[in-house]
This record gives sequence, C-alpha cells and structure tokens, in this order.
Amino acid sequence: MATTAAVMKPTEVPATVTVSYEHPWAVRIAHWLGAVAVFVMIGSGLRIFRAFPSFGPKIPQQDFVHIPGQFTIGGWLGGALQWHFTFMWIFVGSGLMYLIYQLATGHWRQVLFTPRDIKGVWPMVRHYFLFGPKPAVDMAYNPLQKLAYTSTVFLGVVSTLTGMVLYKPVQFWWLTWLMGGFHYARIWHFAAMCGFVAFIPGHLIMVALHGWNNFYSMITGWKRDPEYLD
Amino acid sequence: MPDDNPAEIQQRASDDTPENREAEAPQEARESQSQEAAPQGPEEVVAGMPGTGPAGEPIRVISLAERKRINRREMLKLAPVLAVGAFAVTKFRQPLLDEGLAFSDWASGKLFGRHRLARTFSNRDVAPFQRFPYNFYDVADPGVDLEAWTLTVQGLVQRPGEYKLEQIQALPKVVQNTRHVCVEGWDVIGNFGGTRGSDFLRLIGADASARFLEVECADEYYESIDMATVLHPQTLFCYEMYGQPLDRGHGAPLRLQMPTKLGYKQAKYLNTVRVTNVLRADKRGYWEDQGYSWYGGL
Repeated sequence: MATTAAVMKPTEVPATVTVSYEHPWAVRIAHWLGAVAVFVMIGSGLRIFRAFPSFGPKIPQQDFVHIPGQFTIGGWLGGALQWHFTFMWIFVGSGLMYLIYQLATGHWRQVLFTPRDIKGVWPMVRHYFLFGPKPAVDMAYNPLQKLAYTSTVFLGVVSTLTGMVLYKPVQFWWLTWLMGGFHYARIWHFAAMCGFVAFIPGHLIMVALHGWNNFYSMITGWKRDPEYLD
Repeated sequence: MPDDNPAEIQQRASDDTPENREAEAPQEARESQSQEAAPQGPEEVVAGMPGTGPAGEPIRVISLAERKRINRREMLKLAPVLAVGAFAVTKFRQPLLDEGLAFSDWASGKLFGRHRLARTFSNRDVAPFQRFPYNFYDVADPGVDLEAWTLTVQGLVQRPGEYKLEQIQALPKVVQNTRHVCVEGWDVIGNFGGTRGSDFLRLIGADASARFLEVECADEYYESIDMATVLHPQTLFCYEMYGQPLDRGHGAPLRLQMPTKLGYKQAKYLNTVRVTNVLRADKRGYWEDQGYSWYGGL
C-alpha cells in the first residue's frame, strides 16, 4: 500500500471535493417528516373542509368553494379525520423538533427573517423571476429564503394553534378567545393552509432550479462545492 | 468553533476569497494525496481551511470515496422518515390510522377538564329555531309513541327498569345557551333545557365509578359516552329546546345534549341507557363504528 503513492503519477491525483455540512440530522428529519405531514394535512384537511365548504351558517348554507375529491386524502370525512388526527402529531412533532434544534444551537439567527432583511427581498425576487443580476451572497440564506422559511414556521404555528381551537374549542377556550372565536379560527386555519399551498410550488421550483447537488444536501446534510465559497 | 457567532462564521466564509483558497489549494491536494496513500485515514479535516458550514461544522476537502461513505451513513440516519412510508402500505394503513385516532382520543380524555365549562351565550346570540338544523342519519322521525314512551335503564345501576319522562322532568331543570358543533365543521348556538347527567345518574342509582354510559335510540342509532363527560355539569338529558318540548325532528322526547362533545355524540330519541365498564367493539357508536373518533370531545 505504501507504494501506491510512489507509483501514482501526477495525473492520477485522487479527486477530492469540498463539502460543507449544511443540514444537521435534526433539521433533515424535521424537514422530511414535516413535508410528508404537510402533504397529508392539506389533503385530508381539504376532504374535511369538503363536508362543509363554507365559513357561514349551516342554514342557509353558502358554499365558499368546491374542492374536487381527487385533490383530497381519506375518501370520506371520517377517513380524512383519521389521517388528520394521526398526522397532526407528526406535523407538530417535526415542527417542535426543528424549533428546539434551532433555538438550542442558535442557528435560528441564520434563517429568521428580520426587518433588516426586507431591503434584500426585492433584489432576490428580481434575480429569480425577472432575470436581474445576482445579489452578492454573504450569508447562509438570502433574504428571500429567510422570508420563505420563516413564513413556513409562522404558518406551522398558526395552523397548529387554530387547529387546537377547532379540535378542542372548549378545553382551549382561551385560545378560542384569542383567535377571535371558533368561526375565525376556522378561517385562519384555512388561510394557513393556503399559505402552505402558496409556499410549496415556489419551494419546489427553487429546488428544481438549484439542481441535484442542492437537493441532495437535504438528504445527506453535506453539500458539495457550496456556493458561498464561489 | 461550534459555538461561534454565526455572523462571524458567515464573515469568515465570505473572507474565504478566491485568492486565499488558491494559495491553499495545492497544499490541500498534497495532503489528500498523502492521506490516500495511507488508506482508511481519519476524516480529512483540512485544518488550514478557514470557515465553517452553516451548521457550524468545518468545511472539509475529502476524497470521493469518503464522500460516498459519509453520504451513505447520513442517508441511513434518515431511516425514521421511511417508517412513515408504512402508511403507504395497504396492509398497515388502516391499523396505523386506528392507532393514531386511538392515541388522539386518549390524549383528548386526558385533556378534558371535568369542571371546565363550555362557553354559554346570551339569548341574543342564539340562532333562531328555524335555523337550527335537523340532522339525522336515517329518518327524521322514527315515530316514537310519545304517550307510551319510557326509558329503559340497565347495567350497573341500583334501580334499573322503565322510567317515565315525568320522573326525569321532576329533577332540577337546567336551561343553557350553548354551541352545538358538527363534525362537518358547522356550528349553531341553541337553547337547551333538561336535567343534568349527574342528577339523572343519581336518580337511577348508577355506579359512579363505572366508565361508560351506552345509549340506544328509536332510530337504531346508538352511542357510548365516557363517564367524566356524562357527569360534566353542562351535560343534559335534554327534553326541551327553545322553551318547547323537543320536537320529533330534534329527538323527542329525550336526547343527549353535551356542549363538550361533537354533534354525532348527542344521540336523539333515547330508548335505553346502560351503565357499563365494557364497550362492545362493534357497538361503540353508529358513526364511531364506521371510523369517527369515539371520544368526539370539544
């Protein structure tokens, strides 16, 4: 074995790669469990909403929107509730795991959208959607990413709190009051779902645009040739 | 290094200008080359490399083989996510969902506050009677003979037998404006009058330590309720709505009205009540036996 180096010609220098640990285990687990849970919660939630697709009274009932059955999970109201009441634990569990990790490590500072990031959002939007110049990257997440990821945390918190009100309006009476009552909780719950529905395509498009290497880092944690070394 | 201020880390990462790296690159190459010569060397952390990744770990230069090894190891650590994939397997799906629902029901029971009251409303907030929906699963009127009607009481009670409506109405009457919440998502605030579950249980001499109350209805509907909820101060054996005797559509002559439960638990046209410690697996409730949550609590 010791002779290998001696025999090796300069052209046979073994290939090396620069790698950076981007997504720790807790974040990756939380991301993928959360992704599955959000998918199931939206699908089953739409089926539940389909049972009474209105925000008004039962009499007279005025439907807000018709949701085609093929966009839903569970087959019927009872089945959808089973999915919803099972995956709510995975949804909340993965969310808590992520938040606890971020708080414990202090990494939240990298991803939390703050007022200082506001001015950086438009240049990123211009770059991505209007072929503008690429703003200099001097942090782990650009302002648009921070806005997107912070929004998902916000949506997760809102959908959880409003969901608690819809599930247990009597036991969580103070939350019911805080949300402006049972009816408003139902509206906020639906709105949070819409927020996720808006985020997901944007997120998937960005992932597709950034290619395999970037996507792969959310699986293995390590990113090859990270862009902040360019 | 892990506890470094992320701002500093980012600063260092951005300090890592091309010039710096180019100066170091040959050294890195030499290092990894020599390490390749000594197989199975430790993970090649390049000490001279400034900067760390976003997670606080040093940025490394490694061989492709090492990268492959790390990737495989890290991927295996995501195995718990695959466990969720069991829901995609037809054979496991329903058992898993049943477990999930049972766990949620268990948690709901733990959360239930025996003395926590559902919100009550002023008369102004009560929906007009015409706008209180008639909800039934089969027939709106099972044709109960109201004159001959008696309630059959069975199970763990000191005084089983047939009870007339007058005996129930002789108990203290409670009138309350509470929210009736349907599992479908709609709700309506109504006015309900009746006798407290706790007073009724005293009348029949129920074993207060029993776990469940089963009810059977004239329309073949059936339900079972946890004892804590039956004893809740707002749980009514309801015989009046809006100051009038229950009409046939709303469950005459007697129904359950529990503002801490969903609508499908509020059985109408009561025929039989039974105090028990054991629920029959296929007779927990009409909708529950088809997949609804048994607890159904609010």
